[in-house]
Amino acid sequence: RQRTMTDHKTSKEQKYDRQLRLWGDHGQEALENAHVCLINATATGTEILKNLVLPGIGAFTIVDGHKVSGEDVGNNFFLTSSSIGKNRAQAATELLQELNSDVSGNFVEEVSVNVNILYFFHRFSLVIGVQLPESTCLRLGSVLWDAGVTFLVCRTYGLIGYMRLIVKEHTVIESHPDNALEDLRLDQPFTELKHHIESYNLDSMEKKVRLIIDIIVVAKYLEKWYSEHNSQLPKNYKEKEAFRQLIREGILTNENGKPEDEENFEEAIKNVNTTLNPTKVPSATEDIFNAEQCENITSQSPSFWVMAQGVRDFVRNEGNGKLPVRGTIPDMIADSDKFIKLQNVYRDKAMKDAAVVSKHVEALLQSVGKPPESISEEEIKLFCKSAAFLRVVRCRSLAEEYSMDTFNKDEITSCMDSTDSEMVLYLMLHSVDRFYQQHSRYPGVYNYQVEEDINNLKLCVNSLLQEYSLNVNVKDDYIHEFCRYGAAEPHTVAAFLGGSAAQEAIKIITHQFVPFNNTFLYNAMSQTSATFQL
Amino acid sequence: MNLLLFSLFREKKRRRIEELNENMVVDGGNGDRSDWQGRWDHVKKFLERAGPFTHPDFEPSTESLQFLLDTCKILVIGAGGLGCELLKDLALSGFRHIHVVDMDTIDISNLNRQFLFRPKDVGRPKAEVAADFVNDRVLGCNVVPHFKKIQDLDETFYRQFHIVVCGLDSVVARRWMNGMLLSLLIYEDGVLDPSSIIPLIDGGTEGFKGNARVILPGMTACIDCTLELYPPQINFPMCTIASMPRLPEHCVEYVRMLLWPKEKPFGDGVALDGDDPKHIQWVYQKSLDRAAEFSITEVTYRLTQGVVKRIIPAVASTNAVIAAACATEVFKIATSAYVPLNNYLVFNDVDGLYTYTFEAERKENCSACSQVPQDLQFLPSAKLQEVLDYLTENASLQMKSPAITTTLDGKNKTLYLQTVASIEERTRPNLSKTLKELGLVDGQELAVADVTTPQTVLFKLNFIS
Repeated sequence: RQRTMTDHKTSKEQKYDRQLRLWGDHGQEALENAHVCLINATATGTEILKNLVLPGIGAFTIVDGHKVSGEDVGNNFFLTSSSIGKNRAQAATELLQELNSDVSGNFVEEVSVNVNILYFFHRFSLVIGVQLPESTCLRLGSVLWDAGVTFLVCRTYGLIGYMRLIVKEHTVIESHPDNALEDLRLDQPFTELKHHIESYNLDSMEKKVRLIIDIIVVAKYLEKWYSEHNSQLPKNYKEKEAFRQLIREGILTNENGKPEDEENFEEAIKNVNTTLNPTKVPSATEDIFNAEQCENITSQSPSFWVMAQGVRDFVRNEGNGKLPVRGTIPDMIADSDKFIKLQNVYRDKAMKDAAVVSKHVEALLQSVGKPPESISEEEIKLFCKSAAFLRVVRCRSLAEEYSMDTFNKDEITSCMDSTDSEMVLYLMLHSVDRFYQQHSRYPGVYNYQVEEDINNLKLCVNSLLQEYSLNVNVKDDYIHEFCRYGAAEPHTVAAFLGGSAAQEAIKIITHQFVPFNNTFLYNAMSQTSATFQL
Repeated sequence: MNLLLFSLFREKKRRRIEELNENMVVDGGNGDRSDWQGRWDHVKKFLERAGPFTHPDFEPSTESLQFLLDTCKILVIGAGGLGCELLKDLALSGFRHIHVVDMDTIDISNLNRQFLFRPKDVGRPKAEVAADFVNDRVLGCNVVPHFKKIQDLDETFYRQFHIVVCGLDSVVARRWMNGMLLSLLIYEDGVLDPSSIIPLIDGGTEGFKGNARVILPGMTACIDCTLELYPPQINFPMCTIASMPRLPEHCVEYVRMLLWPKEKPFGDGVALDGDDPKHIQWVYQKSLDRAAEFSITEVTYRLTQGVVKRIIPAVASTNAVIAAACATEVFKIATSAYVPLNNYLVFNDVDGLYTYTFEAERKENCSACSQVPQDLQFLPSAKLQEVLDYLTENASLQMKSPAITTTLDGKNKTLYLQTVASIEERTRPNLSKTLKELGLVDGQELAVADVTTPQTVLFKLNFIS
């Protein structure tokens, strides 16, 4: 039997089994085709890479011109004392490579000024910049933005972790939402579903035979409700209770006048809230339909947008304002035969809808001179199934974040209404960068510097706030604390960021799950975090 | 709470340093031979400098680093996804005296995240390989492995540690650890002696979700106080498995629970071993057959194995985050550098990154930590079976296989015990007897033992009418 050939699991499948259950074989493939660049193999950097090497990233390249110091070895699992004095990129590559022989590890001591920087970075799926001074971030950020290469900035500063994602546009088909609503269409049943519901006649069924399915029960009673309520769904708690009562009254009573034990009726009553959600296009999907990229399809358009227009056209025509049917239903207590029949009603409709979308997509491709096979049936089916969960993430450039004209004054000011908001950490990081620019060092690195640097750092804070006309209060405590940190990179904070950043990188590479947008701050003192869109 | 914490550690530190001096330790002392210039610079900034957010009693000093390096003893439970991360995090934060307990051996599916292990280590004990790796990589670190179940170690063992940090994958084991640390608490005239408290840091992960919590046994919410946060595993109803399968999972459960015991494919008394590919292959083939009967199409080998082994998906990144948060707390508590997490952190990075921090509350009548005798209310005509069911099904108790004993006519009597076959057989008839028939009276004290706790739990039987 053919079965046995596909049963043999490769050792890679066994090794990666636990993560394949999260992002599937296609996600793993994307990971294995990716090449990530890390700038600076500090503890934060190597922790990030470790969490990419272990799941099997295709390749990594570390760019780092620093020599390994005693301090470096102290907080970095991928450096040993025997590497003190050696190039840090090389030393770290050896011990990271050793984690997984499937991965190809490379290092570059520095990107020579003679090399075209754009050319160098273009080969990477993602560039991760760690512990970079502000000026370097901005310069590199500008190059990568123009080249269309995604850039993830990470920083551990004392007990604070910081991440900034810069990508012009990142599309996600498989966002895998935690609590997705089902697509049952009970409020507006499609023809085939209507017919199927009609094939059941509740009143003529005896108790034994009535073990049907709770959503059929809901559908039947919804018909009754519609006839009395102008085809409007029960809207509030009161109406839903009334609807539940309607179902309750339908429960057969036995000879003694006591209600029979009817499991499906009970389940129907319990699940009213989830089965009666109105069918509509979610706002995130609407936004995608209305986006410029969806409207103007060219031969350069990524398949995401081509399919988006295909679905949009479906919604506006054959779909009558509704997305293609998803095709899945939740499990419910029911006779196998009846359940499978019902499941097939949804599955068949989903296939039909996807076929219509396919036609739209084909026509689109042809209109821009591309062969219809450029987008496969599989891709279109997946897109249709995920239509309610599509997401697009657009991050502003660093230039926009920093520019006097476009920085997000409102967000910063309103967050700072609460003086212990993580936003103060963001302002402090900017301030220490200013300090670095002025003094060529970070504040409080040596014990004797701490006291005097507090005043100097305060000047930097004030000049920052003044320059940006930010009328906010930065407590002295934070200024003192950031001097106290002395730009330390404690391992546990680096490790927290290492896990966080690696997962965001995996999201970018696999296009599954949704990346953050766009600034993440972690405070290890309070074990709290926040995400800002700056 | 925090003042007590710090004084607890100061006291312990002082005593241990005295002990060390008394024993006239000959070797190294500060471990200087394995330290190089700048090694602990990243850590020292938090120990030698005053700051505005430190614990109120924190005093900057050079002694704290020495305490971490020479004296502080940490116990890590589990050398798996969280355990490997914890060992690395602690070693690079200055902790040198670390013990690690794990009863498992290394499997190939561990290698995507348990980074202290390599393909050549498959089959070897996790605790031992992990310890070797860390001791080799981090000079001066002394991780001591214990290839054992946590239940194989006793009070004397656990009492030696300053802090216990758990990276377990089982609620039962967590509860046992929780119970063990509770049993070490010393009460004098009803007042808790703070020096008997061993803080417990507990981490858990599942896919892209995780949590980290700080427990001060006897003072803050314990594992059992918040048992409802771990809802009991949902199993499919028998009628679905036996006669109305609809999902591929139902087909696999049918083979596992009904077909395997009937057909005994690998011999009499041979249990289904989820780690044996031949067993899984058999289950897979039979599941396909079952599925075909009912027109169910999505049975795969991966799904089959997932159902049989109750596999929880796992990645390196989530374990890295949660272990790091736990290790940060260990550091805070050991050094009083900062006020520890109070007391529960939730993390989820499916959509962006989400964290939520809250204070879990102690349960007034917690069966593990409240010291309040637990009430049982039953009719005298209720059968012992009903009591057993209550102990296992109640959401706040969730016992696994409770053994019930009591004192009758001045003698200790076992009413029911499951875990020893001969005693189970002897006491089984008691289950269908009424409480009255068994000679139990109103106010009767029942002592219940279970795998979820190292100590017996006392219950008081109240007869209702």
